[in-house]
Amino acid sequence: MADFEEIKIPKNKIPHFSKRKTVTTLIIVVVAIFFFTGLYTVDPEEVGVIQRFGKYVDTTQPGLHFKIPFGIDTLTKVKVKHVYKEEFGFRTLQPGVKSTYSTRGYDLESLMLTGDLNIADVEWIVQYRIKDPIKYLFHIRNIEETIRDLSESVTREVVGDRSSDEVIVLSRKDIADQIQTGLQQNLDDYGSGIEIYTINLQNVNPPDPVKPAFNDVNSAKQEKERIVNEAWQNYNQIIPEAKGKAKRTIEEAEGYAIDRVNRANGDAERFVQIYNQYKNAKSVTKKRLYLETMQKILPKLDKVYIVDDDLKGLLPLLDLQKGGEK
Amino acid sequence: MKMNKYSLIILIIALIVIFNSFFTLDERQQAIITQFGDPIGDKITKAGLHLKIPFIQKVNYFEKRILEWDGEAKQIPTSDKRYIWLDTFSRWRIVDPLKFYQTVRSESFAHGRLDDIISGTTRDVVSSNSLIELVRNTNRSLVFTEEYQDNYGGGVQEEIIDMGRNNIANQIFQRAASLCEEYGIQLIDVKVKRINYNEEVGQKVYERMISERQKIAAKYRSEGQGSSAEILGKKQKELDQIQSEAYKNAQEIIGRADAEATKIFADAYNRDPNFFEFLKTLEAYTATMDNKNTMIMTTDSDYYKFLKDTDGTK
Repeated sequence: MADFEEIKIPKNKIPHFSKRKTVTTLIIVVVAIFFFTGLYTVDPEEVGVIQRFGKYVDTTQPGLHFKIPFGIDTLTKVKVKHVYKEEFGFRTLQPGVKSTYSTRGYDLESLMLTGDLNIADVEWIVQYRIKDPIKYLFHIRNIEETIRDLSESVTREVVGDRSSDEVIVLSRKDIADQIQTGLQQNLDDYGSGIEIYTINLQNVNPPDPVKPAFNDVNSAKQEKERIVNEAWQNYNQIIPEAKGKAKRTIEEAEGYAIDRVNRANGDAERFVQIYNQYKNAKSVTKKRLYLETMQKILPKLDKVYIVDDDLKGLLPLLDLQKGGEK
Repeated sequence: MKMNKYSLIILIIALIVIFNSFFTLDERQQAIITQFGDPIGDKITKAGLHLKIPFIQKVNYFEKRILEWDGEAKQIPTSDKRYIWLDTFSRWRIVDPLKFYQTVRSESFAHGRLDDIISGTTRDVVSSNSLIELVRNTNRSLVFTEEYQDNYGGGVQEEIIDMGRNNIANQIFQRAASLCEEYGIQLIDVKVKRINYNEEVGQKVYERMISERQKIAAKYRSEGQGSSAEILGKKQKELDQIQSEAYKNAQEIIGRADAEATKIFADAYNRDPNFFEFLKTLEAYTATMDNKNTMIMTTDSDYYKFLKDTDGTK
């Protein structure tokens, strides 16, 4: 019965009830959309810049945040912790442990005139960070292009005031520092909100056609050193040896001197001794000495011919040939 | 129901009207309002929500930020008749959007104007300055490596810079800036991005650089040869000195010893030269005669005289 009654009544009650329900649902949906489209997160390396009707209102730090949706608040995320990099005169093709680079076709970027009107081939890197996201977003359009243009201009200005020797050999660090100061100054003048982290001069070379000549200077330098070293080596081989030999010659001469004098003294002393005895018996001693000598000599001789002093024509007796052979 | 239908239409119309009475302006933008094409009021630069008369007034947006202009590299002769490629760039902004709107209307047209103005002034200014003025910025004295100075003396001639790169760029900027005003454009700066020699001059510069280095290399080589010869000469001299001194000293020593020996002998032998001769001769016999010798002696020799006669008198 109750059911019946209720079925009867709805005629004007159900639409009423369902209208309220629809409105509630609609409100819930709208609120839900409002919240969900209004929620946003800011990553640790970013900040969020909020504009209301185009006007800047807030900068939000990393975390979960809420903004008014439906295009009233707009969000722009800016990576303020990220370090951006621009390369000049070359491009990294594939970064990695062993990066590959290309320098082809970037000559216009890297070739520049030095103060002595020579040409240097300079490759460098600019690393920068967004220091002020507001200035970065609202003060200057196309900031990358601006940094590139300025960097080329400042680098050439610095290099133009230095000799090619300074650029290529002597003062790379100074040049990088000066570029950094100049570039930062210019970017500040523009109110760009950019902070230059580092300027790294990569390869600084003479231009390709001149490279062999520069290398030749180095090889000539080394050649010079080599030749001089070889000469000294020769000197060091010869001179100490000659000094040693000279010493030896003198030592030998001294040896000879000692020997000579000693022997002379010995011989003289011997003679004096013999003479002292000889003085007392001259004839006998002389004969004895003679005979003793003959006694010593004769057995050693090949042949001794004893010939009568009257005999003439000795030659036929001698077989000289035979004697010679023996 | 009929009533509802009308109210809905009215509501929609009202919404459209309301929406059309407001406009937002971004921080990056500025705007002027035109009414049937006629500009109304001042430029609007403040970002946020703004009012206008719906449908009748139209909002024209312009950039408020600093904008870029990068010209094409141009071949220009300097006052010292050197042909160079000069590449300049500039930053600018729209300061008077109304004038801008009336004269150039869009950015791409503005670029065309800037091309004309900056290229022209650049050509004028550059061609009345020498190359060195464009390259150098200050009178900072250049530093060279020792090897370079050795070859080119201290006399690496340095020209005095009157203007310098930045002043020249500034002069271009000053002239161009005043020409830009009538377009509602404020020029912020003009800078020289690149200066390069043209092909022909570049080739000559390369040749000069090569010959400079060749000179230096040749100098190193001949220095090497020179030092080497010097060292070898020194070696030969010292060698000769060492050897001859040693010879001299040795001969002196030997000579002294010989002299002393001679004196010793003389002193001794002078006691009886005759006996000395006898003794020395006997010694010599002993020393020199051996089985290679054959001796023929007569029986009247002192040794064999007794073979014929016991008295040995015959």
